[in-house]
Amino acid sequence: MSATTAPVAINTFREAVRDRVLYNLIFFALMMIGAAIIVGQISIGIERLVIINLGLSAISIFGLVMAVFIGVGLVSKEIEKRTLYSLLAKPIRRWEFLVGKYAGLLLTLVVNTSFMTIALAAALFYVGRPFVRSDSSILVAIYFILLELALVTALALFFSCFSSPTLSTLFTLGIYITGVFASDMRDVGELTGNPSLNAVTRVIYYLVPNFHNFNAIAAAGHGESIPLSLVGQNTLYAVLYVTLLLLAASAVFSKRNLK
Amino acid sequence: MRPASQTRAVGIAIVGVSLLFAAIRFLQMQIDAKTRTVEQQKEELLLRSPSAVKRMSLGYNALLADIYWTRAVQYYGNRVGTPDATFELLWPLLDIATTLDPKLVIAYRFGAIFLSEPGPAGAGRSDLAIELVKRGIAENPDQWNLNSDLGFLYYWRLQDFQSSAAAYLEGSKNPKAPSWLKMMAARVAEKGGSLETSAMIWSELRNSTQDPIVRERATQMLRGLKAQEDEMHLDDLADQYKKRSAHYPASTGELRDAGLINGIPVDPDGYPYVFGPDGKSRLNPQSTIVIPKELRTPLSPSN
Amino acid sequence: MIMTAMGTPAIEILGLTKDYSVGFWRKRARRSLDNLTLQVQEREVFGFLGPNGAGKTTTLKLLMGLIFPTAGTARIRGKSIDDVRMHREIGYLPEQPYFYDYLTARELLDYYARFSGYSAVERGERVERFLERVGLAAAGNVQLRKFSKGMLQRAGIAQAILHDPQVIFLDEPMSGLDPVGRREVRDIILDLKKQGRTVFFSTHILSDAEMLCDRVGVLAGGKLQGVGTPSEIVSVEVHAMEILFEPRDNRALPTALAGRATHMGGRYRVEVPETELYGALDSLRSTDARILSVSPVRPTLEDYFLRLVGGAQEKSRGVEVMSR
Repeated sequence: MSATTAPVAINTFREAVRDRVLYNLIFFALMMIGAAIIVGQISIGIERLVIINLGLSAISIFGLVMAVFIGVGLVSKEIEKRTLYSLLAKPIRRWEFLVGKYAGLLLTLVVNTSFMTIALAAALFYVGRPFVRSDSSILVAIYFILLELALVTALALFFSCFSSPTLSTLFTLGIYITGVFASDMRDVGELTGNPSLNAVTRVIYYLVPNFHNFNAIAAAGHGESIPLSLVGQNTLYAVLYVTLLLLAASAVFSKRNLK
Repeated sequence: MRPASQTRAVGIAIVGVSLLFAAIRFLQMQIDAKTRTVEQQKEELLLRSPSAVKRMSLGYNALLADIYWTRAVQYYGNRVGTPDATFELLWPLLDIATTLDPKLVIAYRFGAIFLSEPGPAGAGRSDLAIELVKRGIAENPDQWNLNSDLGFLYYWRLQDFQSSAAAYLEGSKNPKAPSWLKMMAARVAEKGGSLETSAMIWSELRNSTQDPIVRERATQMLRGLKAQEDEMHLDDLADQYKKRSAHYPASTGELRDAGLINGIPVDPDGYPYVFGPDGKSRLNPQSTIVIPKELRTPLSPSN
Repeated sequence: MIMTAMGTPAIEILGLTKDYSVGFWRKRARRSLDNLTLQVQEREVFGFLGPNGAGKTTTLKLLMGLIFPTAGTARIRGKSIDDVRMHREIGYLPEQPYFYDYLTARELLDYYARFSGYSAVERGERVERFLERVGLAAAGNVQLRKFSKGMLQRAGIAQAILHDPQVIFLDEPMSGLDPVGRREVRDIILDLKKQGRTVFFSTHILSDAEMLCDRVGVLAGGKLQGVGTPSEIVSVEVHAMEILFEPRDNRALPTALAGRATHMGGRYRVEVPETELYGALDSLRSTDARILSVSPVRPTLEDYFLRLVGGAQEKSRGVEVMSR
């Protein structure tokens, strides 16, 4: 990271910490404790599975909420409060500012997710069975969740470069849901046999980020090994898509008049 | 504020909040009285289409599968043992759970038992149980347990020994499968319906399960099968006794006195067997043992 | 003061124009700044005067690259305003500044100092020095959310001058400050001048400009109305003389002055055009009046300003232009 983006990133992380964003960890910890205690009584034979599924789902949902709601405010808050004015008078380019804000939220999400991973590991330890090699797929699933969060954050940042936080939230969630249903839509297009509709759904399928790629929760729960090639492909997919979004965001934001 | 008045204010606040909560609780009970009965009558699933549930899960299908499976277990657990229990929702719940997470092996395995048990102990739907397990095998080809479950269902519920043997044989092809699967396949093909084969199937089920309900059920079955085997021996002895004494024994004590047995045989519950006027042995009326009725074909004693 | 306008000017503004589009459905352009051309020399303190809404903040935001001009260009120390390297040499205090309120003043300054590439040691030393300089040394560890408006203004000035920039832009640096605070800001500006920096500040408070500036520019209705030294702008307008006198033994005033004189506690004050001064004095002498003082009426910058604004507001109705 360059000398100008790093301070922005660190400051963004500091803002999240001082705004008590990490307090969500308390809720997560309480949830994992509650689940670890209750799960033995209601779920026969699948205590571990339930803990893994619940933990990973919660890591994903908590992260998504943070990525969307902090993400849409990354830029707009600085404009609205005019904190950006004095910053942009410093020798920093606008895209450097954007990348810094992005990296800062990503750092926040990584730290947050790391703590949640520790809580999940503790809950798994509590319900028994020492860790085995197949548990590494849990870590892969968490890595995939982080890739997903990186993508969602980039989406939120992109939209917040030209629309209000409320609209940006709607756009981001809209794209997210479209991305989750992307493969379903493509299937529908193929099923109808209508070539033009099929073409449209195919375009959407390749256009929107396909969040289905990053879902390895079920596989992790069953201790299935996730092929290394998929890890590589998913990483590359996320990197490419995030780069695309950040480039677009920079292009839009660099031309924006800060009234 | 002075301390005294402060204490009073806190006191008033506590009383006030408690009163408000009491009122809210009262109100909720009134509302429940009107609505709960309706709810109980038409307990149903909001969504019956498994694929719709899967789409709506937004990628959190694994967690949702656990929730549906837990609901299925609770649904079964709340009803099992109650007279004229019905299990209409059992299949949809299992269907959704296994669609949401096709690798949820436990749902196929126990779901099949819940579905196939007759009478108040289950839905009595062996057809659905077999469909469920077959789906499980298709999704989890490496799970030989499911092949063994399928063999059990064909054997015990349908007495389709040919299909049962085929299922065991299919499972035995899995390199991870234990050797008894192959043995079972041969045995079922050769001597389907024998008490010994039945006992073997149940005891394997008991050994392989971690679920206390299933284990208890298997133990009961094995005790029943043991009693059935004992009764068959006693009936043979009673026939021999009749050849000597021209009448059926009235009790197992007479068989002992005639030197046909060494002691008084008791069932796995510890009660001595009794004889009816037709010379057939039966369980002591106080015994809790249940002789399984699933095998309608005449049972040949093992040799 | 005579400027030695050698070499490149510190600030060079060429035909800078900014239209804002207003209205949601039928977009119209509202001209906020109209063809501003202006040069500020090195080491000069330049006051940018004008009422609220005159276009001062627009000009500063254009120079800072926060908004982009509809037409025109500007250079600061020879570098285009699009050039990020230009920002190394400038400092900027926005109007009514607001900073990250979760930071302390010390953290805020440290954050901004990071963009100037100082080592950690130098950064720490610098932050302390400038906290001291703006009078925030005691409040260095207080979160900015607890700062008063005046303290925020000081923090804002500190961040603007923290990296020893050559050209400093201050947007309304005195607003919201109490008299003590204003004097401190004045001292800082004079200090910067002494160090040979160029200061460009906007204000609507004229006494500040009169006191500090080498030159002032007056902006109204988006147009530059005039540029000059404060005395130039004022002296152009000196046409009247003020006579203060006391009539002898309640004798009647000379008829020529009776209508115009104002009575104040036994004395009279009268303003006459410069050309009529001797005639008026003669007529006063004829009535034996005691002449207490004769002085030129120096119209304050304020008078000049009010007249300009009055005229500009008339004209500004025509500034709105149709487009798109």
